[in-house]
Amino acid sequence: MTETVKKPKRGRKPEGASSSRQDVAVPALGPIGMLRWAWTQLTSMRTALLLLLLLAVAAVPGSLFPQRPANPAVVTQYLKDHADYGPWLDKLQLFDVYSSYWFSAIYLLLFISLIGCIIPRARAHWKALRTAPPRTPRRISRLPQYGTLVIPAAQGATASSALADAAAVLKGRRYRVDTRDTDGERPHLGAEVGYVREIGNLVFHTSLVGVLVSVAIGGLFGYSGQRTLVEGETFVNTLVGYDQFSPGTDFQSAWLSPYSVQLDKFDVRYDRESVKQFGQPIDFNASVTTKDSPDAPAQKQTLKVNDPLEIGGTGLYLVGNGYAPVITVRDGKGNVALQGPVPAIPTDAVYTSTMVIKVPDAQPDQLGFVGFFLPAAQLNDAGIAYSADPDPLKPQLNLNSYYGDLGLNSGSPQNVYNLDVKNLKQLNGRDLPAKGIVLDAGQTYKLPDGKGSITFDGLKRFIAIDIRHNPGQVPALIFALVAVGGLVISLYTGRRRAWVRTGTAEDGRVMVEYGLLARGEDHGLARETARIRKALQERWGLDGPAGGSTAGTPADNG
Amino acid sequence: MPGLNFELGSYSELFMLLAAGTYTVAFIAFAWDLAKSSATLRAIDERAARQQGKATVTVAAKQLVGAGAPAAPSSGTGSASGTTAVTADSSMRYSGERRAPARVAVALTILAALIHGAGVISRGFAAGRVPWGNMYEFLTTGAWLVAVVFLLVLLRRDLRFVGTFVMALVIIMLVAASVAFWTPVGHLVPALQSYWLVIHVSIAVLSSALFTLTFSMSVLQLLQSRREGQLALGRDDKLMFMRLVPDALSLENFSYRINTIAFVGWTFTLMFGAIWAEKAWGRFWGWDTKEVWTFVIWVVYAGYLHARATRGWTGTRAAWLSIVGYLCVVFNFTIVNQYFNGLHSYSGL
Repeated sequence: MTETVKKPKRGRKPEGASSSRQDVAVPALGPIGMLRWAWTQLTSMRTALLLLLLLAVAAVPGSLFPQRPANPAVVTQYLKDHADYGPWLDKLQLFDVYSSYWFSAIYLLLFISLIGCIIPRARAHWKALRTAPPRTPRRISRLPQYGTLVIPAAQGATASSALADAAAVLKGRRYRVDTRDTDGERPHLGAEVGYVREIGNLVFHTSLVGVLVSVAIGGLFGYSGQRTLVEGETFVNTLVGYDQFSPGTDFQSAWLSPYSVQLDKFDVRYDRESVKQFGQPIDFNASVTTKDSPDAPAQKQTLKVNDPLEIGGTGLYLVGNGYAPVITVRDGKGNVALQGPVPAIPTDAVYTSTMVIKVPDAQPDQLGFVGFFLPAAQLNDAGIAYSADPDPLKPQLNLNSYYGDLGLNSGSPQNVYNLDVKNLKQLNGRDLPAKGIVLDAGQTYKLPDGKGSITFDGLKRFIAIDIRHNPGQVPALIFALVAVGGLVISLYTGRRRAWVRTGTAEDGRVMVEYGLLARGEDHGLARETARIRKALQERWGLDGPAGGSTAGTPADNG
Repeated sequence: MPGLNFELGSYSELFMLLAAGTYTVAFIAFAWDLAKSSATLRAIDERAARQQGKATVTVAAKQLVGAGAPAAPSSGTGSASGTTAVTADSSMRYSGERRAPARVAVALTILAALIHGAGVISRGFAAGRVPWGNMYEFLTTGAWLVAVVFLLVLLRRDLRFVGTFVMALVIIMLVAASVAFWTPVGHLVPALQSYWLVIHVSIAVLSSALFTLTFSMSVLQLLQSRREGQLALGRDDKLMFMRLVPDALSLENFSYRINTIAFVGWTFTLMFGAIWAEKAWGRFWGWDTKEVWTFVIWVVYAGYLHARATRGWTGTRAAWLSIVGYLCVVFNFTIVNQYFNGLHSYSGL
């Protein structure tokens, strides 16, 4: 917290009081004493500062190493590539930095330290709000801002009337004023303003705890999932509707609201103007039909990047897209074993996509295909096909084929985008006499040995959507906004104390001295002093230099 | 989506080049000012040494700063020869003294900033959108803001002593943009087509510009505080030009004020980035590399603010934190954008 250490920690160290005690030489720290000591250490400003810096350092490895939550596949690959030290890094949780024990330890300690700082300070401030401004120092002239004014005897002012005037001026400037000794020879007052600075400070730090709690709530009660949706397909928000689903710790499937989203059409526009970014996408536009529930009326909506759909308490986000060639596979018996769009995973900017087609229903042998889909196929000098453009100018499939047991009946889960060819016999391929399969749109290829045929019927597009529900999101935003409000208040308001003392001279003039002191950083103190001086001068009809004999302003004695 | 105007784009690049050239002349003028003033000061010192005992030093120094005030008492006055450590006004307000080269330098900076502004704005019109959609644009706009913020601060405070430094950084930014990050006028990818680009990135550029200023001041603060220490020990003054720079404490206080503004700006950068991330990627925080570094920068500057309130951490240590924070900003912009995989891969390279 800002400005803590400018003053000693309240109530922790009874300084002076213990020095006279006999047992002071034996610091018998029992277990409770130890705990107290540890607590004092933890909640000290220095520790908070070190924890903050440690947090910054600890966050860095998460950007150096691939992280499981964001990119599990990359982590697996990293472990494969660095078999020597990879596992050690894994043991140190360097692939799960932000959920690691050490990272959690740092931020939890930081927040405990924070709370341990907020509570006593809030209590102290609550007290300060209800007690009078501090007593007047004996020598106001020692304060960083100090000045004097003299009211001529002709005005007939007295020490106490001048003090009342000063009190009024300060009250007009929203100070809390406490006049003292009003009937004495040297009446004086203490005043304080800017209590809101500490309130802002406390609000800021409390809101940070609020943000952390909101994030935790999101982790507990939120959920997220993914789904690829080919044009014409419908996603229904039930567990089986997801390709991938990650529930929060406390998720219950009854929370899913049964809405549906059908992808009618997906349009992409590419940059045809600029040279360097030629073919770069400039617009993704998914036209969808949604229903809030099976019986609800259908609604036409559009889903775009940066423009998610809000439906059934979830957000739908467009996170990816690609081509889904429509394939028909006939088996050795001449029956249609597979018909429909098969999403191909794009691997680069021109949508060179990898394709895997599994045909478990083919008889007598199951069939499998692996290869590429190219939206704008061209041959390079070496005779190898590549895609020259992301638009489907000449869509083409380049496939190898296999037959045998795909292993889908074994019960172990398989990736649909990966074909394990270990137990399969190859039919087509670059090195085989039958060569690879090259299919343009509308073409059919007959597999060797009467195993069947494959037809490239047409082309559709698919989108990948993220479906997310995070109940911590709105509270986190509110806390963050409140935190900024508190931060701005605590940085830009000044907590100031002012004291005024008056006295009547023998010749009837009234002498006024005043001084100001800031708590914490305050560059505006001199300006404030000048304003108060000006207000007092106006009240008493005095004129003179605005700066006067204020200690902080330069006095050229050259 | 409006079309691209390549002709205007090439004019923009011409403006950038012209601006870089003008900044370079301004840089030379600022350097000349430092050198010349330091020569003047040395002459005064020598005269003072000749007329020892007559307390001419202070008078001469005063003449130089006109009606300005003597430096704060803490600024380590008095080496063996009786020189003052600092002649600059600790309040950093203008004094009556005429510094012709500095005036020329400021005038050139204004001219350069005008040309530079024309470059930034024409780039925006050429692309039909805000001119901060890739690293080239971020850097050229950022450099422009550094110059503009510097000039705006000059309206209120005499920060001409930091001019050489600021000009050098602006030139480096412009050269880096044109050489390493050059990208022709182009459209934005869908991920960047959002009004949050206007909000999030503009605040990020502005905060970075402010951090650039405080970085310069923190470096000067370290130099000055070292020099003050040396002078207090009675050593020779090796950095005579630093007399034009206010004392370390004033530098620290003023850069703290700017840093608080920049910190609030960076907090907004972080928050608006989170809101945008939610819109674009479905989650407001996901420890993407760029998010990590934005967070690290925020924490470092939060540490800086706390350090200013921690006994034993003010002064030099706080200045180091400010410098480290700025190095993180630079790292976040250059290395993270180009070499770290993440969702923020919009360098356009």
